[in-house]
Amino acid sequence: MAERHIKGHVGVGQQASGIALVARDNFSARYDLDRLKGVFSRPAHALHGQSYVNTVLVLHTAKGGVATSWMLREMKNRAMAPAALLLNLGNPVMAQGAAFAELAFMDRFEVDITEAIKTGDRVTVDPQAGLVIID
Amino acid sequence: MRAGRMGPARRAAIDQQIQVGMTFDAKDFVEVSQVHLMADTESLGESGVAYLENLAALPEEERRVRVPTVTDPRGIDLCAYEKLHQDERFAELERRTIIAMQAMGILMTDTCINYQTVMPPVRGEHLAFGDTGSTIYANSVCGARSNFEGGPAALAAALTGRVPRYGCHLESGRRGTHLFEVKERPSNLSDWGALGALIGQRTGSYWTVPVIAGIDRAPTSDELKHFGAALASYGSVPLFHMPRVTPEAKTLESVFDHQAPDPEIIMRADLDAFYASFGRHEDKVDVVVFAAPQLSLVEMQDVARLLEGRRVHRNTALLIATSPENKAACDRMGITETIESSGAMLLKGVCFYQMYARELGEANGWQRLVSNSAKLVNIISGYGYRPVLATTEACVDAAVNGRM
Repeated sequence: MAERHIKGHVGVGQQASGIALVARDNFSARYDLDRLKGVFSRPAHALHGQSYVNTVLVLHTAKGGVATSWMLREMKNRAMAPAALLLNLGNPVMAQGAAFAELAFMDRFEVDITEAIKTGDRVTVDPQAGLVIID
Repeated sequence: MRAGRMGPARRAAIDQQIQVGMTFDAKDFVEVSQVHLMADTESLGESGVAYLENLAALPEEERRVRVPTVTDPRGIDLCAYEKLHQDERFAELERRTIIAMQAMGILMTDTCINYQTVMPPVRGEHLAFGDTGSTIYANSVCGARSNFEGGPAALAAALTGRVPRYGCHLESGRRGTHLFEVKERPSNLSDWGALGALIGQRTGSYWTVPVIAGIDRAPTSDELKHFGAALASYGSVPLFHMPRVTPEAKTLESVFDHQAPDPEIIMRADLDAFYASFGRHEDKVDVVVFAAPQLSLVEMQDVARLLEGRRVHRNTALLIATSPENKAACDRMGITETIESSGAMLLKGVCFYQMYARELGEANGWQRLVSNSAKLVNIISGYGYRPVLATTEACVDAAVNGRM
């Protein structure tokens, strides 16, 4: 199948690739994750019980507090972070955390990113170009 | 700064801020007069603590913060962690963090209610606040200007003395986008939190500015504190307006660029349904928590009055968190004695969800939690708890009876 390109706003971090994990739900590292086990731990989350480690994590919006900005780097240093984070609509905390963690982050796409990418797709994220490529 | 003449820490900080500014189309920077830094050790982890220690090891002129910088709650109350069966390694991380931050000239206020206890922001003042509750209060109630500045971003602002100018720093980012009409005034703190939660669920993005009509007279500082904290927690919202209450909303019409949208109505039944969504603990309550945000001196007095002459159930813990400044005031005024005589624990400089809540629950066998904080019950289920929202009075009754 041909590659598909999706444009978004210029983001943070360097190019990254991985297998997509997608849900039409929101994201906070503090509220939703068991960061030691690398899984979604919030019972009400659409990805409850699933591992996000090394995935291109695709969700709807950023939610909750500021803790995610420290946590992304800490997760990355323990090799328990996603490879990239894509949101339809981010917030300052996600961008700040990604910049600090040197994690690829993008938002504000030309389409609903949670519809355009399916779990299991192989995805490359190029934040500086504002581009997502689906193999 | 970018060329590195002010040292590697300030260069890294400004580079990080430029990246974030470009992501949000900031055209320039704005100087800030205060920084509120969230850096609890649970969020920092070992790598974050080591990062702070590396900064602290720099020459003094390179490591000192450029504007007054105060801290959000810590991860451990060093006077209480042993009694709470918290791990010594967490206490050690905390001690290392405190030493590093003090070396940078950071004021260890350890509070999320700095706007009530340290230095209230002023209308129009640009800030870098790093707690969603303190940010939404500063923006909305005080009319100051701050985005959510997560820990590393607030630290960068402390080192550079500025932030990228976007979002809440711009007039255009402060205009109303959604209108809500409250049909019945909330009657207590948990009601105000529930109202904030409901509006947060319906707005659901950092870039929305809800306007709340129907509040007929000014709420108290504590009521707006619980409302804002829940709104920011459920909706990731940094700013609200309340016509004829908050300073940038003289009238309802004045906060919208165009005609005000049709309001979404919030009835008493909506609040009741929100409470009901958490259910009840009819068999047993493990822990009752007053925190998130930390309690004001007035809230401390109220809880003490409810506990006077009563005893917390032997199978239930009651935890109350406040700022170090309020704790000292409570000691002086006899409030601490009343609270501790009941068997409750008064914690200072911490907040429940920031103090290794998962490990705390596992060490003490706590799952069934009751709180009057809509913010806390939102956060805490991800840490393995089954939370219930209740009024302050019902929380104290649950602690005394060991059940609801």
